Amino acid sequence: MNVLEIKNLDVTTPAGVKVVSGVSFSIAPGARLGLIGESGSGKSLTALAVIGLLSSQLKASGSVLLGDLNPQEILGAPERMLNTIRGKVASIIFQEPLTALDPLMKIGRQLAEPLRRHQGISGDALESAIIEALTEVRITNPARIAQSFPHQISGGERQRAAIAMALACQPSLLIADEPTTALDVTVQSEVLALLDSIVSERNMALLFISHDLAVVGQITDSVVVLKDGVVVESGSLQEIMADPKHPYTQDLVKNARVLDDALNIAKDGK
Amino acid sequence: MNQVKSRRSWSLIVGLVIISTITLVTLISLVWLPYPIDNTDGGRLSPPSWSHLLGTDKLGRDLVARLMVGARIALSVGFSAVLIAGIVGLTLGMAAGFAQRWLDESLSALLDILIAFPTLLLAMLIVAARGSSLTSAIFAIGLGMSAIIARLTRLLVKRVLAKDFITASRASGTSWPRIIVLHVLPNIWPTLIVSFALQFGLAGLAEASLSYLGLGAPPPNASWGSLLQEAQATVMTSPIAAIAPGLFLVALVIGVNLIADGLREIADPTLRRSR
Repeated sequence: MNVLEIKNLDVTTPAGVKVVSGVSFSIAPGARLGLIGESGSGKSLTALAVIGLLSSQLKASGSVLLGDLNPQEILGAPERMLNTIRGKVASIIFQEPLTALDPLMKIGRQLAEPLRRHQGISGDALESAIIEALTEVRITNPARIAQSFPHQISGGERQRAAIAMALACQPSLLIADEPTTALDVTVQSEVLALLDSIVSERNMALLFISHDLAVVGQITDSVVVLKDGVVVESGSLQEIMADPKHPYTQDLVKNARVLDDALNIAKDGK
Repeated sequence: MNQVKSRRSWSLIVGLVIISTITLVTLISLVWLPYPIDNTDGGRLSPPSWSHLLGTDKLGRDLVARLMVGARIALSVGFSAVLIAGIVGLTLGMAAGFAQRWLDESLSALLDILIAFPTLLLAMLIVAARGSSLTSAIFAIGLGMSAIIARLTRLLVKRVLAKDFITASRASGTSWPRIIVLHVLPNIWPTLIVSFALQFGLAGLAEASLSYLGLGAPPPNASWGSLLQEAQATVMTSPIAAIAPGLFLVALVIGVNLIADGLREIADPTLRRSR
């Protein structure tokens, strides 16, 4: 059984424009899938549809089945049912950690909310669970970070805190929507390495969304390429790197290689 | 940054001192007045003296006593009007902010009409229907302010709901009531509290305008607005009768503005930069 099974997903705007059309893919438990596309290709909308968070003005049709043991249809499901699935079955990390955290709430309290709800703990147990969760995402001074507001800590620390929140309910599928795009390049690779190790430690499935083939290549083994809301290519990373069929994918691969070559020349010249 | 911080706490302290003084005067007026409010024994338009610290008006009534009663009226109008505006405005604003499009649009249209409708005209209509009384004035001012609070609340709610952290919170399975308590209210509060404080001062001013026009508290109740109106005819011979209530009104508005400034900082930790 797959942890996520999307069949023929269509998303239509109130004006009748199809922004996602006929998208189908699935993720097995513990598997990793990269969803690649430029901005406006419908990749973030697909992610929101998976967790039932599409704006009520957008119409979605098709089928999104979430959960490996007891798959549930997400599209058209009532909010109450969705709230039991969100966080536990699937959880999401957003691009910009500064806006994904409540600016008026200390990190510890924000993290406490899903921990308390999911594990039913309070008081000292909750306090130590918060510290533990922050330690798991390799925050060096968890006690201080827990007492800080989002604007008081660095971008990397914020994204780690956001990852800790997404992990709090121990989801079987983690959706990461451009989680490193807003970060400095050095912090980017640290966060990627962190995601990589946590996903394998917990044996979670991962849906990694990015516009950057190089980043996706570091963390996933198979790839779905999205262009203008349509899947233009999908397969294992090797297949696509070796023999891209669609012009857009060829472009992506070519650009990734150009960067790679540039780095090699720089290295050789040294 | 430290300078900004100290300036803000300073403004809160000064504002609190001003408003506490007015509140203290109000509380004293409930148990003690130098002269009964309708006592005319002081002689007409007598200048300030030991028996009448600020002199008397053209009917011989003690100005200090009338100013004290005026403080009572100004504060009770401020509190009641802000309470009405708070309850009605917050409810309507939250409803519009969360509503589907058609309900939101009809509520917004209603609010726009209410805001475009001059409060004074609204007050005159209410007074015409219910008779001139303090309650009518409070009702009219409260209703006018409700629309302003509601529109602000709607805007703030919409703005918060569009934020990523609301989506993130929903994505982790938080229910709507919990999101409202945890995220929506705390995030709209810093702006709303400032608006409430400002509206409090404006309510005092609005009541003075209504009383000035004879639409507020009926005589012998002395609102600062009616004191100003009565002093108008004799402003050349007895300027203090116009200056004193004017100064009190200015103090009230400046006081709540200073408090509003200070409150904003307390309610919004992002303004308290620790590093």
